[in-house]
This record gives sequence, structure tokens and C-alpha cells, in this order.
Amino acid sequence: MPLKARTKFLVGGVLVLGTAGYLMASSIEETSQFYLTPSELSTKVANNPRFVNTGVKIGARVVSGTIVRDPSGRSLTFKMTDGAKTYDVAYRGIAPDTFTDGVDVVVEGRLDASGTFQATTLLAKCASRYENAPDKYKQTPGYQGASAPRA
Amino acid sequence: MILIGELSIWVALLMAAWTATVSFAGGMQGRTYLVRSGERAMYATFGFTVLASAGMLYALFTHDFSIKFVASHTSINLPKAYTLSAFWAGQSGSMLFWCLILTTYAAIAVAANRKANRAMMPWVTGTLGVVSLFFLMTMCFGANPYERLDWVPADGRGMNPQLQNPGMAIHPPMLYLGLVAAAVPFAFAIGALVTRQLDAAWLGSVRRWALVSWFFLTIGIVLGMWWAYVELGWAGYWAWDAVENSSFLPWLTATAFLHSIMIQEKRGMLRKWNVTLVVVTFLLTILGTFITRSGVINSVHAFSQSPVGNWFLGFLIGATAITAYLVSTRLDDLQAKAELESMVSREAAFLYNNLVLVGICFATLWGTLFPILSEAVKGEKIEVGAPFFNQVNGPLGLLLLALTGIGPLIAWRRASIANLRRQFVAPVAAGVVTVTVLFALGMREWYALVSYLLAGFVLGTIVQEFVKGIGARRRMYSEGLFQASTRLIGRNRRRYGGYIVHFGVVVLFCAFAGLVYKKDITATLKTGESVTATDAYGSTWTFTSQGISTFDELNRNVVAVTLNITRDGKPMGLLTSEKRQHVDSRGEPTFEPSTEVGILESPRQDVYMVFTGAIDKDTAAIHINFNPLVWWVWFGGIMMAFGGIIVMWPQAQRAERESGYVAVMPAHSELVAAGR
Repeated sequence: MPLKARTKFLVGGVLVLGTAGYLMASSIEETSQFYLTPSELSTKVANNPRFVNTGVKIGARVVSGTIVRDPSGRSLTFKMTDGAKTYDVAYRGIAPDTFTDGVDVVVEGRLDASGTFQATTLLAKCASRYENAPDKYKQTPGYQGASAPRA
Repeated sequence: MILIGELSIWVALLMAAWTATVSFAGGMQGRTYLVRSGERAMYATFGFTVLASAGMLYALFTHDFSIKFVASHTSINLPKAYTLSAFWAGQSGSMLFWCLILTTYAAIAVAANRKANRAMMPWVTGTLGVVSLFFLMTMCFGANPYERLDWVPADGRGMNPQLQNPGMAIHPPMLYLGLVAAAVPFAFAIGALVTRQLDAAWLGSVRRWALVSWFFLTIGIVLGMWWAYVELGWAGYWAWDAVENSSFLPWLTATAFLHSIMIQEKRGMLRKWNVTLVVVTFLLTILGTFITRSGVINSVHAFSQSPVGNWFLGFLIGATAITAYLVSTRLDDLQAKAELESMVSREAAFLYNNLVLVGICFATLWGTLFPILSEAVKGEKIEVGAPFFNQVNGPLGLLLLALTGIGPLIAWRRASIANLRRQFVAPVAAGVVTVTVLFALGMREWYALVSYLLAGFVLGTIVQEFVKGIGARRRMYSEGLFQASTRLIGRNRRRYGGYIVHFGVVVLFCAFAGLVYKKDITATLKTGESVTATDAYGSTWTFTSQGISTFDELNRNVVAVTLNITRDGKPMGLLTSEKRQHVDSRGEPTFEPSTEVGILESPRQDVYMVFTGAIDKDTAAIHINFNPLVWWVWFGGIMMAFGGIIVMWPQAQRAERESGYVAVMPAHSELVAAGR
């Protein structure tokens, strides 16, 4: 009998893990997104025009002085860049407190036909979020600050 | 004082190296004087880490801005409490704080075992020495908190305003206390593997430390949720962010271990599995630290990218390799002493509980690491979002909830049909009644209905267990209700403390299900204007702007909007949300502006108001969320912590045997009897 209980348990275990595996596989297909830089996005769009309107996530840096906020605080536009390629971004929603000039952002949304990125979520990733060194420090020789956005 | 502190981190480093070397040498050659020397070096490591921390605190409180860490995280006008919490508010300071906790735990573990576990202890001390050495080394060479600036600023930069919150001041220490405590069971596992003393010998020592780890992780995670909820302004408390996940992963394996250890105690089964869980929990804490501190995974919470990450990756690989070798060469010693006898037994329920916990852990790990994996395999970074985690972990979580109810109802070894009928009738009825009532009240969301069905069932189980236990005591000892209840819990702390933890878990699941009924509105209000909205319960709320006010506080300029609230015409009071611009002692702005949300809290639901912007000096843009049952998340968290305290509390009449690690002694004689 012991073997039988063990076998039964294993069958149950395989069922549980199988369900978990199935859930994972199906959810990954549904929820996964490309995580790209603006340059990678432009390459993708150039190679495959249908890539416009695909939901993607972009990691880039806000171009200083390009943020135009709606006074209600519920929508804004700005330009994002990775140094090589720059996109206009239109975002409807509330910007996080950390969103400001020159900060690294992660935007989710899709590129529309006119070449503007319509963002549905906006995350500001102050690369030195908890390491906010005064700007003056950045001129000191020993300062090692945040590097360019990775992504 | 600062100089002493600065030197101390280097002395502590040397002491940790001595601890590791001498303890291992003493263990290999069986020389007691080497082992003793290693233990004394562990105490010394602890002592010098304390000195280093004292020096850092002195620097923080005397505002020594020549030290980069002090200048970057504090300012003269920072409140005292946050000057203290600045110790762990940045990368290098938090590394020192981590070392402080680690060496404190290590010293306690060594001291508590100075007369026990003698064969195993050299390896335990040595492993703790290696882990301490690693963290001290990473700090000294990768993130030295005593690093100086070339010049001395007049005032520091101040603390990130989002960290100026009581939740954020105590969340990191709690999380660290939990994460670091996982190192001690790991050290005992290594000691047990090396000396092949894999019986109950190490279980006693390990269980208590695993509980400490689990307890502080629970508190730390819930506090982190609370902080995110009240401070970040997105009206949620969990986003499946990589950093959140990295504290959740070891919590899952620690929870699995605390359950499976019972099977080893009662039935001698699952020995390989338990060692593996202990080791994996520790490795996951290191992986989590790596994720948090390296910047490899995109997270809003992460520390800045730094070379420290590579150190952790190296340590992770090394530790995995060594333990994999040790486990694989000792499989014979880890052979189970009993077999699973029936599918319908508590063992089987516990095994499934472990399977589901580890399944959730794996899915969460997979989702968290997916960007790295996809980049390595396909050359493209692909991310999975919060829906992935919800879709996978939602059903698995409900399965876990069901097992929480089933486990305590089934007998060990083999349950009879009569046993099953007797035990299951009341809890199942409780679940069915709950869901029928909710359905009649108009609840139609299937996820919520299943959650409440299971919640009613588990709650029924817990109540039934207490009623039976109390009833038995009242009959046998003719005690009063109160006396019977307290004695029941007091004399069986593990069991009934565990049920209280389960109660907290049930409450949490109920609160999570409430999120299905979230609602939100946005509005733009001039002074005196109002907006009306209906919540999930069907009540009508009216929000009337009382206008925008501007004022200055100690270290910030504030713009605030206040709303007057009524529910179905009844006044509910005022709610204020602020935009804060923090300033330094010269009145210059520091950091970006931050938002302080206004929350009207009640067990039914939170009304969560965010001031999104002032359009002119009379008109405010606001965002209002109705968040049902969020209050119960905090209540459930407190219940879990409370249950944890009961489980950990030393049992009074058996205190001498259990808490002093002497409880492991009988196992030695068992070993002798077994002829090993």
C-alpha cells in the first residue's frame, strides 16, 4: 500500500504543478511585453510596420525642458530619448512625484501612426532614488553617479 | 569617535576572516582551542561592528557632512527620528546596518550553543564567519559608509521625503531582521551536512531561528505594503515589483519550511526537502539583496546601480555550488525514515501545502527574472507585468487557502471516513453559508465568491479547533471559559499560535478579494464646488472643496486641499491631501515635490484622496479611490505577527528543555543508539 499512496500523491503533485505551469505559460503569452529602448523601438518599427500599435514598455530618459503639463495634473507630454533616438510621448494619468526633467522613465503604451508614443503608465525611476547626491557633488572628481539608463 | 568607527569596520573584517579560518581549521582537526578562538573572534566581529555603527550614528547626529553618506541623506533641519533612520536610508549605511544585525545574530547563536551541539558548532561558527566576512568585505570595498567628500558642505541634502514616513523608518529594520536571520538556519544546515548530524539534532536550533526570520519578514512585508499605500499615492499596496517580490520569495520558502519541519519531527520524513528549504531560503535572501542592489532588474524601488551587485552574484553562485555538493554527497544520511501511508493524511496535506508554496515561489521568481532570462535566451528583454503574477498566484493562493483549512482537520498517517465526516461537516457548512449569504446580498464576482467560500471554510476549521480544545479542558479540568482558553493556547503555543496565524491569513485573503470592488473618480473642484460618487456598497458620497491653503513647516513648504465629506447626507469629516516641497535649512528646495495622500479609514473601505495638482490658487484637481476592506490587510498582518509571537514565546514549564537548545541532546543518544 505505501507505494500506492506515494503514487497517488505524485499524480496529485503533477496535477498541481501542471496547473501552475499551464497558468504560467498562458499568462506569459497574454501579459508579456517587449522592454525596449527608443532605438530598438525604431528598428522594430522600420523592420515591421505592423509593430506600430503593439503594446510595449520603453525605458528612456526625459529630455530636459520638454515636459508640458496640463494644469489639472492629469495629462502631460514630453520627449524621451536614449541619446540616439527621440520620441514624443503623450501620457494621460497622474505623473509620479519623482517625474521631472532628466529623470529615467519607464513608459508603457503604444506608438501611434503619427509617431507619438501614447503612454498608459508612467514610472519615474530616479536612477539614484535613495542616493540623491546634491548636484554640486557631481562636479567633484570622486563622484560616481548614475550611469545611462540600461534597458 | 568617527575615526574609531571607521577603523572598526576594517578590524571587524579581519576578525570575521579569523573566525572563518580558525573555526573551519578547528572543526577539521578537532582542536578545541582553535574552535574557542573562532568563537571569541565571532564575538569580536560583533563588538567592532557595534563600534562602527556607533561611529556612524555619532556622525549622523553631529552632522559631520564631510562624510558623503551623512551629507547625502541628512540635513540640519531633519527631524531626529529620521536622522536615526537615515542610518539605513542609503546603500552604504544600510550595508553597515545589515552587518550589525548579522553579527548580532551570529554572536547570539554562538553564545547560545557554547555548551551544546559541540561537534557541529565549529562549522556553524565558520559559516557565520564566512557570511559576515562577505558582507563586511562588500561594505568595505564596495560601499563604504565612511567615504569622505573632498569638501565639506554647509548643509546636507536631506532625506528623500518619501522615506520620511514612520512606516519607511521601521520597514527596513524589520525586513533586515527577517532576511538576515535566514543566515543562521543556513549555517546550522551546513554544520549538520558537514558533520552528517542530520537528525532532530539541528531541527531544534533551526526551527527557532526560522521562526524569527519568518516573523520579522512578515512584519517587514506588511509594513512595506502599508508604506507603499500611504506614501506612493497609487492607492494600492502591492504591485509585484521586483523588489517587493524579492522579500516575498524567502517568506514563501520559510513558510513552507515551518510546515514541513513538523512532518520531520512527527514522522522522520522529508529530511532532504527540509535541508533544501533552509538553504534555498537563505539563497533567496541573497538573491533578493542582489536584485535590490544591483539594478539588473528594472524596479521603481531599487537602489542605484552599483558594483555591489556583482559581489552578491558571486557569493550566490559560490554558496549554491557548495551546498549542492554537500547535499549530493550526503543523500544516504538524508534518507527518509517513513513513507507516506495515505493520500488522506495530514502529511499529504502538508506536502501539498509545500508544493503550492514552492509553486508560488517559483512562479514569482520566474516572473521576476523573466526579463533577464528572455534577454539571455532570445536576446530581447521581455517583461511580464502584474497581471501575470495575479493570474498565476491568484488560483494557487486559493488552493493554499483551501489547504490551510484541510490540513488541521485530517489525522496524521491515515484518516478514517468517520474522522473525515466528524471534522469536515461544520467547516464546510460555514463556507457554504458564507457564500450563500454573500450571493443573496448581490455578490457576483467569481473570484470574490470562491475566496469567501474558502475563507468561511478555514475560519470554520479554526473556530472548531478552538471550541473542541476549550470544551475538552472545561470538561477535564472544570475550568472557566477564560481560563480554559488562555491555558489551551498557553500549553499548546505552536498549535494554537499557528491557528491565529492562519486566522490572519484568512483575513488577508478576504481583504485581497475586496479589491475586485475598487472604484475611482477624478474631479476638478473650485472652492465650494462638490462632486458626487457611489461606492461598491451603494452609498452616495459627496466631496466639497474647502479650498487650497499654503503654509510652511519645519523642513517643507506645503500646498494642501481640504474636502468636506458626506456619505448619504451624513457628515464624515474633513480629508486633506498635501503637495510638499522639502527645503534645506537655507530654504532652498531639495528633491522633487512629494504628495501626501488623505485617507478616510474604516473597516468597510478606505476613501483615498490624492491632490494631483493646483490649476490656480482656487481650483484643485483631485483623484478619489474607494478601496474596500484595505483596513483588514493591516489587521490580518497584525494577527499573523501576534500568532507568530505566541508560537515563538518560550513555553514556561518546559522552558529549560526547549529554549536553551538542550532539547537537541536526546538526539545525540538516538544517534548513538543507531550505531553511527
